[in-house]
Formats: sequence, C-alpha cells, structure tokens
Amino acid sequence: MLQFPKWKIVMVLLVALCGAIWSAPNLLPRETTDRMPSWWQPVSLGLDLQGGSYLLLEVDTAYVKRELLSGLVEALRATLRKEKVRYSELGSSGLDTVKVRISDEAERERVRPELRKLDPEALLEVSSDGMFVFTYTEQAMAKRINQAVEQSIGIVRRRVDELGTREPSIQRQGTDRIIVQLPGVKNPEHIKSLLGKTAKLTFHLVDDTASPEDAARGRVPPGSVLLPSAESGRGLPSQYVVRKRVEVGGDLLTDSQATFQNGQAVVSFRFTVAGGKRFADTTSANAGKMLAIVLDEKVISAPRINEPILGGSGVITGTFTTQEANDLALLLRAGALPAPLQVLEERTVGPDLGADSIQAGAIASGVGLITVIVFMVLIYGTLGLLANVALVLNLVILLALMSVLGATLTLPGIAGIVLTMGMAVDANVLIYERMREEQKAGRGLISTVQVAFERAFGTILDANLTTLAAAALLFQFGSGPVRGFAVTLSLGLLSSMFTAIMVTRLMVGTWIRWRRPKTLPL
Amino acid sequence: MSFYGNFIAHTPKFDFVGKRLIAFALTATLIIGTFVSIATRGFNFGIDFAGGILIEVQTTDGPANIAKMRDQLGNLSLGEVSLQQFGETGRDVMVRVQKQDGDEKAQMAALAKVKETLGAGYDYRRVEIVGPKVGDELKRDGVLAVALSVLAIAAYVWFRFEWQFGVGALIATFHDVILTFGFFSVTGMEFNLTSVAAILTIAGYSINDTVVIYDRVRENLRKYKTLSIYELLNLAVNETLARTFLTVATVFLTVVSLLVLGGDVLHGFAASLLWGLVVGTFSSMYVALPVLIYFRLRVGKDREEDEAAAQAAP
Repeated sequence: MLQFPKWKIVMVLLVALCGAIWSAPNLLPRETTDRMPSWWQPVSLGLDLQGGSYLLLEVDTAYVKRELLSGLVEALRATLRKEKVRYSELGSSGLDTVKVRISDEAERERVRPELRKLDPEALLEVSSDGMFVFTYTEQAMAKRINQAVEQSIGIVRRRVDELGTREPSIQRQGTDRIIVQLPGVKNPEHIKSLLGKTAKLTFHLVDDTASPEDAARGRVPPGSVLLPSAESGRGLPSQYVVRKRVEVGGDLLTDSQATFQNGQAVVSFRFTVAGGKRFADTTSANAGKMLAIVLDEKVISAPRINEPILGGSGVITGTFTTQEANDLALLLRAGALPAPLQVLEERTVGPDLGADSIQAGAIASGVGLITVIVFMVLIYGTLGLLANVALVLNLVILLALMSVLGATLTLPGIAGIVLTMGMAVDANVLIYERMREEQKAGRGLISTVQVAFERAFGTILDANLTTLAAAALLFQFGSGPVRGFAVTLSLGLLSSMFTAIMVTRLMVGTWIRWRRPKTLPL
Repeated sequence: MSFYGNFIAHTPKFDFVGKRLIAFALTATLIIGTFVSIATRGFNFGIDFAGGILIEVQTTDGPANIAKMRDQLGNLSLGEVSLQQFGETGRDVMVRVQKQDGDEKAQMAALAKVKETLGAGYDYRRVEIVGPKVGDELKRDGVLAVALSVLAIAAYVWFRFEWQFGVGALIATFHDVILTFGFFSVTGMEFNLTSVAAILTIAGYSINDTVVIYDRVRENLRKYKTLSIYELLNLAVNETLARTFLTVATVFLTVVSLLVLGGDVLHGFAASLLWGLVVGTFSSMYVALPVLIYFRLRVGKDREEDEAAAQAAP
C-alpha cells in the first residue's frame, strides 16, 4: 500500500504538471493571452459571460420546395413553347408534384425524352390520357433542402464577415437550423435585418401587353406576374407586370458598391463575363422596353432601355438612403439566400452584464473554495489538508481540461464548478470515514488505509457514475449555457475521481511513510 | 484525534426505519401539496418555455422612472407587459413581454417596438426572445431530459445492485423531482432552462447520497447474515450518517456562497439547489432506504445460495 510503482508517481506528477501548464493562461490578463499560441489559451467564455448575441435561424424549407416545383414548371413551359407543343393544366400540386397534360400522342412521344431530361431527380410517370406527372421523392427533397441549408450557411457567413464582426461562429443545427454566435455584438438589430433579407436580385422585362390595373383585377397574362414596387409614391407606379422569365440573375454579379450619382445614393454593380454577355444580349434585343430590377419579389425600379449596355456593369437607382445603398451593395456582394431565414430565438447579453457575472461567479467560487477548505481542515486536520490539496488540484485539472478541449465556460458552468468543489470532497469524506470505521474495528494502520481505499472506491464509482448519467442527459437535451453546466459538472466529476482516488492515496501513503504515525488522526 | 473525531466517536443508533410511517406521511402530504399547487397555481414559466421577450435595461443616468416606462409600454397593445425594478441603484429594470400572437416575426416586431418606444437613455444589458416554435421544443426537451435521467439513474442502480434497489432509487428520485417542481410552483419562482438543470443536479446529487447508503446495505447483507432487514437497514444509514452529514455540509457551504454571491442570474438556481439538498438528503434516508423493507431483500439471495449449496452437495 505504501509502496507505489514508479510509473504511478510519475503519472500523477505529470498530470498535475500538465494541469498547471494548461490552466495557467486563465490567470493571465486577456491582452497577454491573445498573443499566445493556440494550444495555450484560457478557457473560452460563453456569450453570457463575454457579451454577445446568439441567433437561432431557420431556413424556410417550404419555400425551398415551392421554388423547386416552380422552377420545373417554368422549365417545362419554356421547353414546350420552344418545341411548339400544345399543352394544358401545367402546374404544381401538393408539395412534391408537377403536372402537365399533352393530349396529342405523337407530340407526347416526341418531347418525352426532352422533358425527362429537365430534372433527373424527379420521377416521371405518363398516364395513358397524356398526363405527365413529375414527383420528387422524399430523398430528392431532403437533398435539395440540405443543399439550400449549406448554401444559406455560406451566405450568412459572408454577410456576417462583410460587417466585420469579431470571431463569429456559424454552425448548422439539425436539418434546417443555423446557429449564429456573435461575440461582442451588443445590438444585433442591423445584423438581424440583413439576415432577414433573401436578397434575390433578378432582371425581368416589363410586360407591356397588360396594365397593372388589369392585372390587379386578375387578368395576368400567362408567363407574367404582378409585382409590387419597393417604393411607391413620387410618381412611380405601385405595381408592375413583369415577365416571369429571368433575363439575368444576381448570381452573375461579381461586385457591387454603394456610390453617389447626382447626390443620390445608388448601387453600382459589375457582371461576370457570362452575365455581362447576357445583359448585353437582353439590352440589345429589347431596346425601348422597360427592364425591371427585382429584389425579393419587389421592383426597385424599372428604367427604360435606351441603348444596349455592353460594358458588363450598371447602376441600380432607387430612393435609397446611404445606409440602404450600403446594405444592398453588401447583400449583393454576399449573394442571395436560397430561401428566407427566420430568427426563432435571440439571446443578447451586453458586455457589462457579462463582466458583472464573471465577477460574481469568481467571488462565489473563491468564497466557496475557502469555506470548504477551512471546513475540511477543521474536521480532518492533516488529512483534511491533503484533501484540500487534492481539491485544488482537481480545480486546476478541470480548468486545464476545459481549456484544452475548447469547452465553453458559461455562467451556469461557473455554478457547476462551485458545485463540483462541494461534491469533489465527498470522495475524500467517503475514504476518510471508512478509515475511521476500519480503525475503530481494530485494524492496523496499513490495513486500515488499504481497506478504506478499496471499499470506498466502489462506492465512489457508483455514486459518481449515476450523477454523470444525469449530466450526460442534461448535455444531450440542454441548450446553450445549460450545456456548459453539464460539461463542467461532468469534467469536474471525472477529475475529482482521479484526484480523490489516485492523488489522495499517493499523498496519504507518502505522509504515513514520512511521519510514521501509530494511528490515523481521525 | 480531531475535535470532530471526539464528537463522533461512536456509531449513532437512530431508528430511521422505525420512523418510516411518519416519513411516508410527510412525503405524501408534500407530494399532494405539490399536485394541488401545480393544479391551482401552476408554474411561473420563464420565456424559455412560455416564449416571449425579456429585456434587462439599465438607465444611463439616474434611477429609472418605472411609472413612465410602464405607461409607455402599456400603450403598445403587446398584451401583458411586466416591469420590475431591481438592484441597489434603482437603474436596473427587467421588462417581460408576453408571447405575441402569430409567428416568429411578430416577436421580433414587438421587440423593435419596445426599443423604439423606450428610445435613448437606456443600456440594453440583456435581450432574450424565444419564439413559439423554440419554446415548445425546449419544453419537450426539458421534460424528456428529466424523465430519461430518472429512468437512467434507476436503470444504473438496478444494473449495479438488485432490482429492489433500482425500484427504491426510482421512487426516491421521483420524489425529489416532484418536490422540486412543487418548490417552483409554491414559491412562484421563475421556471426556466436553468431550473431544469437544477432539477437534474438535485436528482444526481440525491442519487449519489442514496447509492452510498445502498452500497453499505449491500455490504452488510453479505456481512451480517443473521441480522434482520430492519436492523440491517438502520445500521447502514447510521454507519454512513457521518459521511452524509459532512457531504451535505460541504455542498451546503458552496451552494450558499452561490446563493449569496453568485449574482441575480444564478440566484434562483442556487435557491432551488438548497431546497434540493434538503429534499435529496431526506429522501435518501427516509424514502430510498425504508422502501427496501417491503421488497424482501434476503429471499432471492438466500434462495440462490441454497440452490448453489444443493448443487454443490453430492
């Protein structure tokens, strides 16, 4: 019992040393640690401690599905027109089906391979009476939604980066959610408004065969759509009838900047080579017509095409304020979201409150630690002192573990640490009380220590593993700060088992060999 | 020998098991009280579960004019808006706005309206919005977490001990969880995500206590074959009494320092833990342990041994 294998001693010392090294940055001021290597950093603080904003976003998956279906409808319309095939009942039904009827059998067979190729992801069935039914399987839809969510994450990241936020974290959660964490952001209203915009920019020709008034009464020509104006009044029409066909899309932009033209804020943009060519073609073929600039289903403006625009760049005019022009330019640079995002949950903590919480947490931890230390010495004397050494080492290891694993310390996490201190000494109490009993039962010193550690070990293991089970479930089902609590509590329990069983044993053994007491001072 | 060593020189001989009927009556009363309170008073759900908006503002100069704020926000037709002044300087105000009808966008619009109405002169220390969708999910996750952890704890005890102990742990943990719910209902303290964490911590702590006593019961079952179950259970709880007292004391010290010094956010958490410490310790000694007397612990064990002996004999 009193002889320890060398490797055990070396291991305990090594763990203590590592603990000291990795927990040390937590004692240094932040300015110093900012310059330290990434493997030697203090524990990262949750947004509730350092201040910042947490946003939970959801991708509108119903929109993704509708877009997918309407895309196929438009593709069918274009193909059938090109092939000059008579068709009827073209449209989507439900959330996964697109239908079109082609009555003439010869034509049906002629275009069938062509239609088949439009979207290989969709299943095609043709009934005997000429109804083409395209159906998307659940997997195909899921794949599309997955793409849309991944794409959204990319766009959200670019938008947040463009705003110059410090160390934002953007993660996916579940099938259709995105968590955005913005440390240091105090007022996320601006970011929320930017993330709330799809920013889908398209150029459409204005349909001059129907007036907006007629269209408003329900007479929208097929292939066209009635769109509201982004900014009505000032002599501008409040609605436009535009062709559904997209002449050029915002995805073909390479750059956009807010500038001024005649004292008015405008947004200039430049196309990619392909986009520039398409824009040139459109403006060449449709001189004299009006080209509507549509952002998120609203017409920003619809200037007349006076001459072909061949330079591959242009300017969006409207009634922007400088801020609006800046935002629009940013949104166009970052790209359009494949579907609208909605903010489901927001939690913002100001830096002052965070600092107050850290201070309160630190004081509570300090006082908790001191009272436990004093209590243990009062109860157990020298052995209590050894337990205290184990307790402090436990805290050091806990901090080091959290720093190394990159776990986040939250306010409930601090509560977890404080609670761990109370519960960690429980292992020592179990061991010492066992020693007391065994000694009273008349065992010799060595055998008392040996038996006490052995018997207490099973109890400690069972008691801690059950608590660990509760903590694991809390981690699984908890969110945000509460998860931080589960992490600190679990790591604290694990390291307390190590310190109580290995370290205390080593210390008690060494102390007995050194002082050679006749009995344990219990 | 230390001061404490003199104090506890002899194993106490309290008759815990004999008082079980009194304990059960007390437990039953408390549990019925809990159900009555939940049925009549319900819970004061925080926005984590109820959805809605919580804003903590601090005036930039001078104490807050709470009457004016109440007036301003009351006229926004946002439903129930509650304001609460706190802190020593009188500059801190907590604003709670009930969940708005409609979807997530309606919540965001309400927040914008509040910020606009209050105008300048306030520092927003904390803003939380939980939409209806997330609120429902958090509620579901909270219930799942509590139910599963109670079951997991019982399953672990069953696996490591015998089924009787598993059932005892299940009853005791349920007891703690229900009474902690009762605590939240009776005090009207805000019930939020941190409260769920508190309940699970209490369950974890209490089972820790229970396992220590059970462990001793198991050991004594092997050691004292002739002792009656009644005496055996009493012995186990008395032998571990010193440990129970000491551990309760250390956890109590830390929880009290959290309660007094941990700040507003942790105050409710610490208060419920304190209650849980009492309930959990009580349930380990007076619920988890005495129920074992009804499960005939010895019979199974002895029969197995008898059978083993019979097989060994020629």
